[in-house]
Amino acid sequence: MTEFALLIGQGFNAVSVASILLLAALGLALSFGLMGVINMAHGELLMMGGYLTYLTLQYLPHGIGYPIGMLVAFAGTAIFGAILEVTLIRRLYGRPLDTLLATWGVSLILQQAARSIFGPIGNEVTAPAWLAGSIRISGGLLRGLDLPVSRLFIIMLSAAVLGLVALLTTRARMGMLVQAVHQDRSMAEALGINTRIVDLLVFAIGSGVAGLAGSALALIAPVTPTVGQSYIVYAFLVVIVGGLGSLLGTAMAALMVGLFSAGWQIFTSVSTSDVLLLVFVIAFIQFRPRGMVSIRSRSLEET
Amino acid sequence: MRRIAVVASSVGMLLLLFAPFCIGAYNLSLLGRFLAMAILALGISLVWGSAGILPLGQGLFFGLGAYAVAMHLKLEALGPGEIPDFMQWNGLNSLPWLWVPFKSGVFAIAASVIVPVLFAAALAWLLFHRRVGGVYFAIITQALALAATTFIISQQPYTGGFNGLTDFANAFGFALSDQRTQTDLYYLTLLILALSFLGSWWLLETQFGKLLRAIRDGENRVRFFGYDPAPYKVAVFAIGAMLAGVAGVLFTLNIGVISPAMIGVVPSIEMVIWVAVGGRESLIGAILGTLLVNFAKDKISSAFPELWLYMMGGLFVLVVTVLPEGLGGLLRLLGPEPEESRKTLAIAPVVKASEEVPRFERQETPDQLKKRMNGGAVQ
Amino acid sequence: MTSYHRKSRTSVGSRREYLKAVGITLALVVVLGAINSRAEADDSTVKVGVLHSLTGTMAISEVTVENATMLAIDQINAAGGVNGKQIVPIVEDGASEPATFAQKAQKLIQEDKVVTVFGGWTSASRKAMLPVFERFHGLLWYPVQFEGNECSADIMYSGAQPNQQILPALEWAEQKGYKSYFLLGSDYVFPRTANLILKKHIVHDGLKVVDEEYVPLGGTDFSAIVNKIQAAKPDVVFNTLNGDSNVSFFKQMSAAGLPSSKLPVMSFSIAEPEAKAMGPSLVQGSYAAWNYFQSLDDPASKKFVADYKAKYGSDSVVDDPMAHGYLDVYVWAAAAERAKSFDVDKVRRAAVKLEWKDIVMGKTKFAVNQSLYQTAYVGQLDASGQFDILWHSQKPIFPEPYDPLAFPGKKCVIP
Repeated sequence: MTEFALLIGQGFNAVSVASILLLAALGLALSFGLMGVINMAHGELLMMGGYLTYLTLQYLPHGIGYPIGMLVAFAGTAIFGAILEVTLIRRLYGRPLDTLLATWGVSLILQQAARSIFGPIGNEVTAPAWLAGSIRISGGLLRGLDLPVSRLFIIMLSAAVLGLVALLTTRARMGMLVQAVHQDRSMAEALGINTRIVDLLVFAIGSGVAGLAGSALALIAPVTPTVGQSYIVYAFLVVIVGGLGSLLGTAMAALMVGLFSAGWQIFTSVSTSDVLLLVFVIAFIQFRPRGMVSIRSRSLEET
Repeated sequence: MRRIAVVASSVGMLLLLFAPFCIGAYNLSLLGRFLAMAILALGISLVWGSAGILPLGQGLFFGLGAYAVAMHLKLEALGPGEIPDFMQWNGLNSLPWLWVPFKSGVFAIAASVIVPVLFAAALAWLLFHRRVGGVYFAIITQALALAATTFIISQQPYTGGFNGLTDFANAFGFALSDQRTQTDLYYLTLLILALSFLGSWWLLETQFGKLLRAIRDGENRVRFFGYDPAPYKVAVFAIGAMLAGVAGVLFTLNIGVISPAMIGVVPSIEMVIWVAVGGRESLIGAILGTLLVNFAKDKISSAFPELWLYMMGGLFVLVVTVLPEGLGGLLRLLGPEPEESRKTLAIAPVVKASEEVPRFERQETPDQLKKRMNGGAVQ
Repeated sequence: MTSYHRKSRTSVGSRREYLKAVGITLALVVVLGAINSRAEADDSTVKVGVLHSLTGTMAISEVTVENATMLAIDQINAAGGVNGKQIVPIVEDGASEPATFAQKAQKLIQEDKVVTVFGGWTSASRKAMLPVFERFHGLLWYPVQFEGNECSADIMYSGAQPNQQILPALEWAEQKGYKSYFLLGSDYVFPRTANLILKKHIVHDGLKVVDEEYVPLGGTDFSAIVNKIQAAKPDVVFNTLNGDSNVSFFKQMSAAGLPSSKLPVMSFSIAEPEAKAMGPSLVQGSYAAWNYFQSLDDPASKKFVADYKAKYGSDSVVDDPMAHGYLDVYVWAAAAERAKSFDVDKVRRAAVKLEWKDIVMGKTKFAVNQSLYQTAYVGQLDASGQFDILWHSQKPIFPEPYDPLAFPGKKCVIP
């Protein structure tokens, strides 16, 4: 394998890590941007998506099972998210820090529940045949480069999800409502928009996307009760770097974080690149405290 | 309410003074550890309860203090020319320069306070002067706790890695295995806790304390009055870090081990829940909450290890939704509020009309409004 | 309580305040009182502590060792106990946190007054407990293979020292003709020390280490590492990854076209339960080195497996640390019988004088340095999640806490 191929391979890895981060961060960005709510249990929604996929595959082990598992994961986590919104988060609007603590409690309970139900050992989701294996480049400059199909699939999936969510929140009728609520909640309310329903829908969709992320993640890593924990902090960093509730910003930030950590991993250890990433984020918000893409808003008190 | 606090704290102090004569050696050592953690909880109460900044990375400052003193204890146990055992296993032949000054106990103690303060102040200044606050700040402190743990583990030759630092023989000339040392340590912890408590109390009574509450309840309003909130926030965050560092020192002396597992994301957020249980704005509540949650953890987790995790999760949800003022709030529910609180209700519409209040902003109860009025500029 | 600035001087107010003061005081009394309860035991029993992580990240492995320990205690009790006394196990949870281990160890010794403690898994937990056992003079039986470099009179190390697991695996690999080695591990003390020792020996034997990489504990992203392995083209990977990271690693290796059949992987932390949980198909064909395999052809082992399955379900599997946890209880009981006492010093001195005995893993005995003589095995995972035993050391290996090549001049002498 040539040095050049190693570099390109690492670039591919960066995009692949970025696409997982993007899937994990999209739901967070949606609910944070719109409602100012930080959902610490978001990682556990991801885990739940993974387990739902795993369960589906227990009943439908072959070919078609995995796509159905993804749908089940999306629907299941979206419904759970809706329940969470109605029972807990709605009561805490305007108290973002309290929401953060309460949802942390939810995440602890979900983790322990997963441990009790599925056991602490990771459950493996076997990728269907059409997602297994890799594309090998056998000639030219990139000789010896392997591109795993599952990672290619995840990259395409996150691009598709990003597109769909963007469409849903900007173009469709629902998108108009979301935009209105996002820009000026009281005005939207005064105009007769039911902001509670908008909040509920957005939160449910955000949760569903987390479920999809968990389903995709299961292709490359085991589903464990703590799988959410290992991605959630990075997903938060992506949201912070990306800017309040901007989908474009979130996508750019995910790519940046992915490139940054994959880049450093060539030269240093994984641990060191984690630390450097945080230094980078703190340095970044010195220049753009509102994130990459900040949306001007009329409200004075921002979270 | 002022008198109740005085009475309760003096009675509590008295009980704690006599504890070494009433409870067994094991429970005394537990109590010593938890009292050390209560010092840290006081800091969280100041930073979160009074200034409204949620710190999710206090474990880091706790760890800085703890590691500073642990490095000294590790060196104290060595003969001349020796280096700590874990360094030998990692192929080091001489003491790294970072460790050399820690041979001095005075330096170690000074570092355990100064390093967390400087670090916290620098971080807080970087973020607050760019007006990064609220949830952003909380998340960044949490990421910091994560990065710190990863970093300490990865620097095994210099930090002891995942194992942390342990196996200390003496502390500043006293044999740690001696029961007398343990009792003395308990009283030292109690003394420092009492001093921290009084200091924090005094701080909240001053103009500084008033400004902290004003910043918490309306940062922009404080700005419009001509104050820059950033220095105040930086200062209170540094004080919180200092208390955490001191707690780290005492905790390490009490338990004899410090490892990255004690300073990461999960311990850091658990520290916040102690304060939430006690009542975030109450200093006594912070101490009580710390003792209560930790003793409950020790006793319940012995009998029902899994149940404890559910309880911990439930505690977060419950305290935030039902009892935002913690135990202090529970006590207040015992009877109706005195007459005076209703009078202030009359001002409410005037204040509300003078500013833009979005629907989703916190709806104030008469009590909260009163609190804000008394603590803020309007009298 | 938000009261530092509230001025209330009415008599109604202050009476209520006193009520509240009483309330807070009562709460304090309850806290102090509740922590002071303890249980007493009678003369016909003897208490031992069992201290493992029942919650947290390590629970996955440690619960099974606790099960094996309890099985041995039940069997000994059924056969009449030790020195005529029934064993009463006091089970505590270390919660995967070193500080909790230290705290609970102290509780077991000081509060429950146990005569010995079985437990621990991670080196971090053992390191945190060590000063507690030395300070209060207790005795800990530690069941897991570890990095050595430790020598305490208050610990019986039954898990393998580096020269009983890692070096025999290297010996086997050299016999197979592997010349270049890629060292991969989780970022903590065992992998780092194990690799330090391995490097010394590999270089000493004239072979090559192509790279050495670590991922944070619990890490799941191996894309960069797989890339580096592809670039380095080693003959074999020596893998000291912990827990779930293994699943991600093997998965991403085979997705990148490097399954175990193409690039051999020798693992030091994958045993039967891990293989079963990961799905045997994923790790089939990879190698592992241990001092015990469930597939061991030995009558004592067969009985242990059968008894374990009878107690914990027919689909349960056993592994090396479990076998050590089981063995420790039997050795302790035999030593206490020999010493006719439960005194810590008498028991540990008697334990190193016991005869060779096949308790579960072939003939073993404790050496004078309070570590166990044991045979090393290399196995290859088959499709059912069991190991085909390919190789074993000539005879039980004497335990060396300090590797003479990596740490020259250090010796473990226990008074």
